[in-house]
Amino acid sequence: MSVIAPETMETVYSYPQSLTEKPTHYCPGCTHGIAHRLVAEALDELGLRERTVMVAPVGCSVFAYAYFNTDACEAAHGRAPAMATGIKRVDPDNIVVTYQGDGDLAAIGSADIMHVAARGDNITTIFVNNAIYGMTGGQMAPTTLPGQKTTSSPMGRNVDMTGMPIRMSEVLATLPGSAYIVRRSLHDVKHIRKAKKAILTALKVQQAGLGFSMVELLSSCPTNWGIQPVDALQWVEEHMVPYFPLGDYKIADGVADL
Amino acid sequence: MSKELLKGNVAIAEAALRAGLQAYFGYPITPQTELLEHLSKRMIELDRVFLQAESEVAAINMVYGAACTGVRVMSSSSSPGVSLMQEGLSYIAGSELPCVIVDIMRGGPGLGNILPSQGDYFQVTRSAGHGDYRPIVLAPASVQEAIDFTVLAFDLADKYRHLVLVVADGLIGLMMEPCELPPFQPVRTTRPDWALTGADERERNVITSIYLKGEEMEGYNIKTQERLATIRATEQRWVEHLTDDCDLLIVGYGTAGRIAYTAIDEARSKGLRVGLLRPQTLYPFPEQRVAELAEQVERLLVVEMNAGQMLEDVKLAVAGRAPVDFFGRMGGMVPMPDEIVSAIDESFAKMAQPA
Ligand SMILES: Cc1ncc(C[n+]2csc(CCOP(=O)(O)OP(=O)(O)O)c2C)c(N)n1
Ligand code: SF4
Repeated sequence: MSVIAPETMETVYSYPQSLTEKPTHYCPGCTHGIAHRLVAEALDELGLRERTVMVAPVGCSVFAYAYFNTDACEAAHGRAPAMATGIKRVDPDNIVVTYQGDGDLAAIGSADIMHVAARGDNITTIFVNNAIYGMTGGQMAPTTLPGQKTTSSPMGRNVDMTGMPIRMSEVLATLPGSAYIVRRSLHDVKHIRKAKKAILTALKVQQAGLGFSMVELLSSCPTNWGIQPVDALQWVEEHMVPYFPLGDYKIADGVADL
Repeated sequence: MSKELLKGNVAIAEAALRAGLQAYFGYPITPQTELLEHLSKRMIELDRVFLQAESEVAAINMVYGAACTGVRVMSSSSSPGVSLMQEGLSYIAGSELPCVIVDIMRGGPGLGNILPSQGDYFQVTRSAGHGDYRPIVLAPASVQEAIDFTVLAFDLADKYRHLVLVVADGLIGLMMEPCELPPFQPVRTTRPDWALTGADERERNVITSIYLKGEEMEGYNIKTQERLATIRATEQRWVEHLTDDCDLLIVGYGTAGRIAYTAIDEARSKGLRVGLLRPQTLYPFPEQRVAELAEQVERLLVVEMNAGQMLEDVKLAVAGRAPVDFFGRMGGMVPMPDEIVSAIDESFAKMAQPA
């Protein structure tokens, strides 16, 4: 699928090879779709589609396996990193990517992600942080902001009771096996471009065998936040970015040369 | 090949290697740990994949991932660790992936102890995790059988694309016995056509266990049940001892089944006609043969190292054809032959009573 400009006959839009043409089930205005597209473009640009295995999580992106035009499988909730370890250890030359939400990665799967990072497993994780459990209808996640209303914190997240949100990139960056850990955001075009660059770098880190790489993407969930898509993007910028600062948390030796 | 003296856990590990094991993931737990330790050395020597996971939860999901690549993969644990693996086992079954899991059972529930037990019979034969399926379950009664069943487990897993558990009590894992290891099979160099190896010049492969539509999920369930029907029809395995003329049939597996041989000798020397059926597959349970023998004998006596779990399968197979008695020890206690003889005496006493 591609779009050609009538005046210049130039291709102005084409569908990434690494995405299937199946319409996604994501809500209108959800940034999961953008994240998918960025990952697919990066796989295309690096020519990795034919040797990539995607590991889908349990969460709204459970059907990621249906959208990425690569070999793919579907992990149990939180276990994508362990599954990826199994795949990568058998076939180290393949590119193994997990795609996970914040409930999946920072709650039920927190041990799994810690240990792939600790072991320096050569896999890449795309971590979509939308500060909520999307799929199950908007419950509190470990990344839910203080005071944020969710269906399981209806009066707003009470940090006296539940502690403060976890900043996973900062945590994982402390582990020696992490090679590339950065946080980006999908709230506007400028930041989306930066996110794409980071995903490219993360995949190159894996190709070069430098260790664990993760790109955290601040994302919106207009449906469960109960606001309009455009307002949701603004909410990311105004509320999430201050608590989850964008930046590079771990750039191991050798990453700069890629 | 000549016989050597090997500990059960080490023998299973070595047998798996020789069956072409390509990847192993596990976590230490007594009384299984020697299995992991042995492979930590041997797998690396042979340039195969070995990884000590951070938990049994991680280990089983690493197995799940490796199984997706179509290689021969295994994990091993003991009862509490197998409890932790349940979700992963169910996903593996739902994804129709072949793999082998070894459970060297210990006393429970809870942390229990590290003594030999058969307390996991329900946990392993009923479904191993959530959902509507059964794994194939092999139950060795000696170190030699543990070796043979480990090799068989990989073949059955591949043949049916099905989860296979090798389940032994801790005594078999820790006991040393003379045994013979199989020859080395070459490691497979090809992968099955469904494996996730990268969609290079072929259609992409997808492995999942999700079927959102009820009809599709039921379609999977029906397919699984058809496969299980084939497994039930063709894979029931057991051994018999002195069943030609017996009035009382003992049914016991693993160590309990083995101790029954001594008890039967003693009972026979007193003139009591006792025989044994020792199931080697717990699923599929040798229901046909138990049903046939139930027609022939007066009574049955089930002997287990638990509170009576296989007992339910025996009763289902017997279907009221004969009364079924039970003798069990729990908590890691191993039945002594004379205790089984007493249970035999009681069964004969009941036979003598008018109905
Ligand atoms: C073992 C287990 N526990 C709970 C669930 C239910 N569950 C499905 S998705 C989900 C939360 C997903 O949230 P997140 O990872 O933040 O992803 P999002 O949907 O927001 O993209 C939960 C709790 C499950 N499927 N499995
Ligand atoms: S519920 Fe939220 S995260 Fe899930 S698809 Fe809808 S907007 Fe996206």
